[in-house]
Amino acid sequence: MKYASEFRDPVAAKAVLAAIARTAEGIGATREKPLHIMEICGGHTHAIFRYGLDKLVHEGVEFIHGPGCPVCVLPMSRVDEALQIAARPEVIFTTFGDAMRVPGTQGSLLQAKASGADIRMVYSPLDALEIARRTPGREVVFFGLGFETTTPSTALSIQQAAREGLGNFSVFCNHITVPEPIRALLDDPDMRLDGFIGPGHVSMVIGTHPYDFIARDYGKPIVVAGFEPLDLLQSVLMVLSQIAEGRAEVENQYARVVPEHGNQVSLAAIADVYERRPSFEWRGLGEIDASGLRIRAPYRAFDAEAKFGVGYGAGPRQVAEPEGCACGAVMTGKIKPTACPQFGRGCTPERPLGALMVSSEGACAAYWQYGGARAAAE
Amino acid sequence: MCLGIPGQILAITDEARQLALADVSGVRREVNVTCIAEGPLEDLVGCWTLIHVGFAMSRIDAEEAEATLRALREMGEAQAALEEMEAGRAALTEGTAPGPTR
Ligand code: SF4
Repeated sequence: MKYASEFRDPVAAKAVLAAIARTAEGIGATREKPLHIMEICGGHTHAIFRYGLDKLVHEGVEFIHGPGCPVCVLPMSRVDEALQIAARPEVIFTTFGDAMRVPGTQGSLLQAKASGADIRMVYSPLDALEIARRTPGREVVFFGLGFETTTPSTALSIQQAAREGLGNFSVFCNHITVPEPIRALLDDPDMRLDGFIGPGHVSMVIGTHPYDFIARDYGKPIVVAGFEPLDLLQSVLMVLSQIAEGRAEVENQYARVVPEHGNQVSLAAIADVYERRPSFEWRGLGEIDASGLRIRAPYRAFDAEAKFGVGYGAGPRQVAEPEGCACGAVMTGKIKPTACPQFGRGCTPERPLGALMVSSEGACAAYWQYGGARAAAE
Repeated sequence: MCLGIPGQILAITDEARQLALADVSGVRREVNVTCIAEGPLEDLVGCWTLIHVGFAMSRIDAEEAEATLRALREMGEAQAALEEMEAGRAALTEGTAPGPTR
């Protein structure tokens, strides 16, 4: 067990791995007919590869990497629209670093910055607010990205801007939600999923009840998990135990951080500032009903879509993926990244063709970073 | 960007804007504490919290903070977060592009 020494508690890890093996065998899972467990969160994907958990668990358990990396599911059309806003001479376009290299049809933000657009990497929307205060003559736009974990940060920033009357601050909102794509995947007749590892930090905000439909309507277990390797192994075991006992429930392995009902202050800020779009496009998955958020009318002055006339309603949607890339099939877990003809050839972390190669949370980048040699040997 | 990083609240810096100074792995960074504020903000000083993109999202205990930091370091995510904080600091004074900068 090559990686086991890296566990904080190798003895506990060994015991959990043995229990996973026993339970998987009891269910009759084999290498040929494995159980498909989807980890939804990109942070979990990263941790699974970092610790080689996919190789440590019994061969009857296969991890399917879910669409939980917000940069990876950002559609090309939205990158194009970001570039359109950033190209305006009065605009200072601020973004998380992760989004800089995501390719749109006209290149990436990084390329636009190199050709002179004022695009700045920030750590937080707080930085964007501060830039707006310091440069009243310019329009400061923040590229609002991410799931429910980061949504409160832009909601609170917009509320703050409204309180200060900071008229030169706006958010280009691309916030998306976790439960809706899970429903879309469960409705996909080509998918075979036996259980889920739920996202830890998203659940810290929304609690565990938004996942109730997974157990109730689809009869699948889901366990909300922490990020340490032992957390993930314990969660896999909890999912398998549910399957073995014929249960389908929402369980919380990460209760030390995730309250059942989420964070009320965050939820109130989200509800005040945002409402659901009828649908939103996900790279590789297409349009998914009610899966994206937009800024409510009372905060319209802080909505970059309204301010600059771009986005939903302003033009045709659905831009095709780059030729020869298999991002959609990888994102839905139908093929492994290594099966994409572009993997390691036309597409590497340095020069990503698809968005799954951009961030360490993307399945392709994780495979590349930790499994390059391993993949070649497979 | 999705994984939070633990930090310890050192001082409240701006009551009105709910801002506090936090120590994140030796780096000092101003964070928003709205989501973890229950009573007087001063009570937060000394608290450990999970910080996401500059917002303290959850109170955690010191042991949890240490374990999370360790996992993030091993994944290279702690370093990435600190670099992003540095980039955020630099962005405040960046001003190389053409255009009115008043
Ligand atoms: S290797 Fe690149 S092109 Fe292929 S699926 Fe992954 S991100 Fe998409």
